[in-house]
Amino acid sequence: MDYTASRLDKCFAALKAENRPGLGIFVTAGDPDQETSLAILKALPGAGADMIEFGMPFSDPMADGPSIQASSQRALKAGASLAKTIDLVRKFREGDQSTPVVLMGYYNPIYIYGVERFLTDAISAGADGLIVVDLPPEEDDELCVPAVKRGLPFVRLATPTTDDARLPKVLTNTSGFIYYVSITGITGTADVPIDMVRAAISRLRNHTDLPIGVGFGIKTRDHAAAIGSVADACIVGTAVVNALAGSLDGNDKAGPDTVKAVTDLVSELAKGVREARG
Amino acid sequence: MASATPAPNSFRSGPDEDGHFGIFGGRYVAETLMPLILEVEKAYLTAKGDPDFWAEMEYYRKHYIGRPSALYFAPRLTEHFGGAKLYFKRDELNHTGAHKINNVMGQALLAKRMGKTKIIAETGAGQHGVATATACALFGMECEVFMGAEDVKRQKPNVDRMRLLGAKVVPVTSGSSTLKDAMNEALRYWVSKAETHFYIIGTAAGPHPYPAMVRDFQCIIGEEVRWQLEEAEGKLPDALVACIGGGSNAIGLFHPFLDDPSVQIFGVEAAGHGIPSGEHAASLTGGAPGVLHGNRTYLLQDDDGQITEAHSISAGLDYPGIGPEHSWLHESGRVNYVSATDTEALEAFALCSKLEGIIPALEPSHALAYVSTMIGDMDKDKIVVMNLCGRGDKDLDAVIPRLEKMGKL
Repeated sequence: MDYTASRLDKCFAALKAENRPGLGIFVTAGDPDQETSLAILKALPGAGADMIEFGMPFSDPMADGPSIQASSQRALKAGASLAKTIDLVRKFREGDQSTPVVLMGYYNPIYIYGVERFLTDAISAGADGLIVVDLPPEEDDELCVPAVKRGLPFVRLATPTTDDARLPKVLTNTSGFIYYVSITGITGTADVPIDMVRAAISRLRNHTDLPIGVGFGIKTRDHAAAIGSVADACIVGTAVVNALAGSLDGNDKAGPDTVKAVTDLVSELAKGVREARG
Repeated sequence: MASATPAPNSFRSGPDEDGHFGIFGGRYVAETLMPLILEVEKAYLTAKGDPDFWAEMEYYRKHYIGRPSALYFAPRLTEHFGGAKLYFKRDELNHTGAHKINNVMGQALLAKRMGKTKIIAETGAGQHGVATATACALFGMECEVFMGAEDVKRQKPNVDRMRLLGAKVVPVTSGSSTLKDAMNEALRYWVSKAETHFYIIGTAAGPHPYPAMVRDFQCIIGEEVRWQLEEAEGKLPDALVACIGGGSNAIGLFHPFLDDPSVQIFGVEAAGHGIPSGEHAASLTGGAPGVLHGNRTYLLQDDDGQITEAHSISAGLDYPGIGPEHSWLHESGRVNYVSATDTEALEAFALCSKLEGIIPALEPSHALAYVSTMIGDMDKDKIVVMNLCGRGDKDLDAVIPRLEKMGKL
């Protein structure tokens, strides 16, 4: 039964019916601790997140900026692990059967956990897709092909450096949606160049019918509205992680307003995606 | 842990076209980097087949680096150990004082061919950074060197050298503020400057084609040893020994001899406070296969696949990974990977200085420490060649107080 793929598909179909872009929210699993992380996860759909990108903490996140690296380090320091991340998905799924959860991260923790064991556990916990940043199509045999065979979508990043010659290779085993990285750089570094994103999306549309989510650089309601006018989903990570970080005490412990700090921003961004196609 | 992998026809044929040495190597990088990596690979393959490229390399090797480096018979150490004859490959005599310049010259010439005028690099102890800054000064290129903030403090003389050579040293404060973080940061920066910048990686690791390319540039070490020892002794060496951090000097010495079964080969990792202490930099002896910095290789990591910090008195060996070809040579059993502790390296450092008048870097002092454990048991007609890959001036601040404490001064 291909239920995991259908949760992402259903989400994008519902958004299309509403004629609005979706809002994908990235948070790091276990940041700042397991309990708060679960509370944030549970609060995200109510605050307006249509899908959740759930970061699997890694010590050396080479494609992420300092904010997300720091969130990984907070989580790891508080005892996060891949097994606990999957467990958080399972607990979230007990109360929410509709919001897609895509696991994002780097390959090494999965490789050490064991690919088959990881796929079994992630699927049974209710994950809806994978984004593994350091597995380009050249290394598809590692995880992408086994995941897709078991019905778990493998979402791929396309970037401004991915030219037309390379795009078909990037798209070959991609499913769920395409994650377009709006800037050449790492997460959280610059504002999104809207005109370039618009051009890139029309280029992508020539190659694929998959929904296109855009991430990197979206920080505010206005950004979300602007990107949402051209993309199928806006994905926000660094700004959310910064909001979370700003609510912590001097020892990186959750404060009374930590969950609220996240949901307040998510609510603002959700207004943005609802204004996008005014 | 040698596995039962059947021996290939040649140990020198790797990597395959996707950059794998057996299961090791590959290209595990974000999509943003892939077009850059593919561009470097294409340019390198073209340059590799172009006699003009190698003619230019040869010119700079001879007139700027000072190659061939000497192959020196070490009489007093040989007498001291009382076994096989010990030769040093004197790569510390290269311009800038280490083997690093061999590789940097190749990559800088490649960058020039590609029309890139801006260079980035990562560095640990600073030797690769100094070599890169040197080549950039020579060719009039802009140079930025990423260095862990901790290492910036520990290696001030090399930081000053880089600045004098016109490079910008960028202290990296993310993660553990050491070499692995400098590499993360350099890769991040490269992604954002894709159009204009070439990344000169300092060791035989990283995404394909770097491990193969760096090896090819360092192979001059072993190639020279072949003809120099033929001239001196009329035979092949019986054993080769080199230290291993990422492993570029070692693969350069070893590779030309991999298909000569009579030559025993030893790679010496940094055992820090000892492997059982957990505070070491011995990826093969004390790590497990994993994926980091664009390649699958042996890594220091915990049970959850999180990378752990390496420890060595030598900042140049203080890296939690190793070049992927070494991982493959380890599992195929062709090369023996062993280790030496901080203390053993310090003793070798003092011994070499006193008996041969050569102050070695802490990195090759690890190799010499291992030589001291095995060479005495070998027959006097046997020959051991050790790569003396760097000179020790840079290490004096770290070494002198330790040697005084040990009663060696």
